[in-house]
Amino acid sequence: MSDLLRRYGTTMTTLICLLTGFWLIILVILPNLYLFENSFRPYLPVAEMGGPKDVYSFNNYMTFFESPIHISVFLWTVAYSALVTALCFFFAYPLAYFLSKKVSARSLPTLFLVLTIPLWVSEIMRSFAWFIILSLKGPLNFLLMSVDIIDKPIRWMTGFRSVMIGLIYTYVLFMLFPIYNAIQSLDTNQIEAAEDLGAPWWRIHWRVILPHAKPGIASGSVMVFMLSAGSILVPSLLASTNSRWFTEIIQQWIFESLDWNTGSAYAFLLLILCTVFVTVVMRVFRVKLSDIAK
Amino acid sequence: MSASVELENVVAEFGSFRAVDNVSVTIEAGEFFSFLGPSGCGKTTILRMVSGFVSPTKGVIRIGGKDVIDQRPNQRPTALIFQNLALFPLMPVWENIAFGLEVRGVDKKARRKRAEELLALVDLPNAADKSVSQLSGGQKQRVAIARALAVEPSVMLLDEPLSALDLKLRQHMRAELRAIQKRTNVTFIYITHDQGEALAMSDKVAVMSHGKLQQVASPREIYDNPANGFVASFVGENNILSGSVANAADGRADFVTENGTFRARLGPGAATSSKLYIRPEHVRLDAAAGSENAIPVDVTDIAFEGNFISIMTVDGAGREIISQARNDGQTQVPERGAKLFANFDADHAVVLTDEVPTRAGAHA
Repeated sequence: MSDLLRRYGTTMTTLICLLTGFWLIILVILPNLYLFENSFRPYLPVAEMGGPKDVYSFNNYMTFFESPIHISVFLWTVAYSALVTALCFFFAYPLAYFLSKKVSARSLPTLFLVLTIPLWVSEIMRSFAWFIILSLKGPLNFLLMSVDIIDKPIRWMTGFRSVMIGLIYTYVLFMLFPIYNAIQSLDTNQIEAAEDLGAPWWRIHWRVILPHAKPGIASGSVMVFMLSAGSILVPSLLASTNSRWFTEIIQQWIFESLDWNTGSAYAFLLLILCTVFVTVVMRVFRVKLSDIAK
Repeated sequence: MSASVELENVVAEFGSFRAVDNVSVTIEAGEFFSFLGPSGCGKTTILRMVSGFVSPTKGVIRIGGKDVIDQRPNQRPTALIFQNLALFPLMPVWENIAFGLEVRGVDKKARRKRAEELLALVDLPNAADKSVSQLSGGQKQRVAIARALAVEPSVMLLDEPLSALDLKLRQHMRAELRAIQKRTNVTFIYITHDQGEALAMSDKVAVMSHGKLQQVASPREIYDNPANGFVASFVGENNILSGSVANAADGRADFVTENGTFRARLGPGAATSSKLYIRPEHVRLDAAAGSENAIPVDVTDIAFEGNFISIMTVDGAGREIISQARNDGQTQVPERGAKLFANFDADHAVVLTDEVPTRAGAHA
């Protein structure tokens, strides 16, 4: 704090603190508290609000646990978000290694530019683009058929297939950058030392690079998992008839049933259950929270 | 067990920059061999070529008589000790040491046993389960040596491994390294810019400059009979006089300077050279002129260095001449301003080629 004052002076420091405080309290904490409070109250006609029926209860939360369909949607959401996370890791790790250890410093800015250009387009536009690409008579099928890889168009948008593709495309960079940072901080001499001691490439990755990159992998995974589980755009735009995402149920409660109370309860359930899931997974892989913060 | 290393006309180029310029040298099996030179002279590139991390542009590298150019670093019988040691910080000490054995599929119990044996060899028992960050600089050094020895290399490559240690520890580790080399009889190739290290540890030293070998010889030979001006001034100190050679015969010559002519030895190919080299410890300061060579000088300063004393003087032409005397309790240290003669024998004054070696392929 005193360091902050010394560096930026009183005016700047006050301004920074006020802006941070505004963002944190007004934009994050208060709305969440409002939803949190609401999630314990029943959904009532306006006239009955504040009346004798308006008492706190766990009824909204129980709605979820009493609905096997919602539970199954939640479980599928968690499972497919985990799959998205795993696939993102699968694509991002080799790329991160390549970018941090193999590419010359001169071509790095260009490559990063190429990687981030898609982020300049809004998520809606990108999801629509995938909708078009993946459609039955869309460019992907046309391309595959014209080079004779397939002879009949593939119906891409069934099950969770298109949602997976969309989510991976949207969030893979959130996996790439933390891993890139982690691997970049690894002393190249350690890779060479391992090779010099006779290790083949896969063992170098398994024993030296992966353990070093673990914090980066963990923070990337948490981000991709939470963003995927909480994503609404991609699942609703690229969904098929049989892919339901948990966020869509929350949306239904709030926008279609206008039942904000149950919607809030579901939103908090998503947050709490995903946090529990992430904590358990981190425990299994022996990642500490302090590792991720690095 | 140990193997010889041969480099034959090895050239390494990075773009238009020639880091190693046509180096040929044979390192005998079981030898402690040092490459000595200033930073940027190409010595590290040579090490990386022997270990396999850099491919030579031209030339042949043989280890134990076998051409290894096509072998990857993980296939070569070499073990490299990095300048920053490159220990694996996430593994405990014993796993670091046993990593090479793990790679070779040795089972865990045997690995652990071998690691403990090696820790005993490098005089670091009871450190097996420590983490690398708990160790001091010297201890890390020993772990790095043990890790390299674990794979039973035929050739051990060391890239200035002592440069990060403090003076006392460095001197201790010198003796230690030398002892380990003698005990294991592995060929050691040692890279350093520290002449003291190279001279004290090596069986043979190669002095390098600008990617070229300047001289390959025993430490004694390098110091006493440097092949050229670069070797003479890089290894040890020298008083350098400018002038010209006259009456050259039988390896002796007169060296004519603007204030006097001196008898001197003639170094290899130095008949037309213009520089005379005299080591400070061969310059004796006396009240009377010596029989062979003498320069009248004024004492300007005296530096007490502990085991020896440096006496700075200037001659009539204003050139600085330094004399070094042992601090053996008998040496008479002159007063500042004293007028004396700097005497030196013809045997200890040598005319050497003074051309500065240029780097082929470099821009002018």
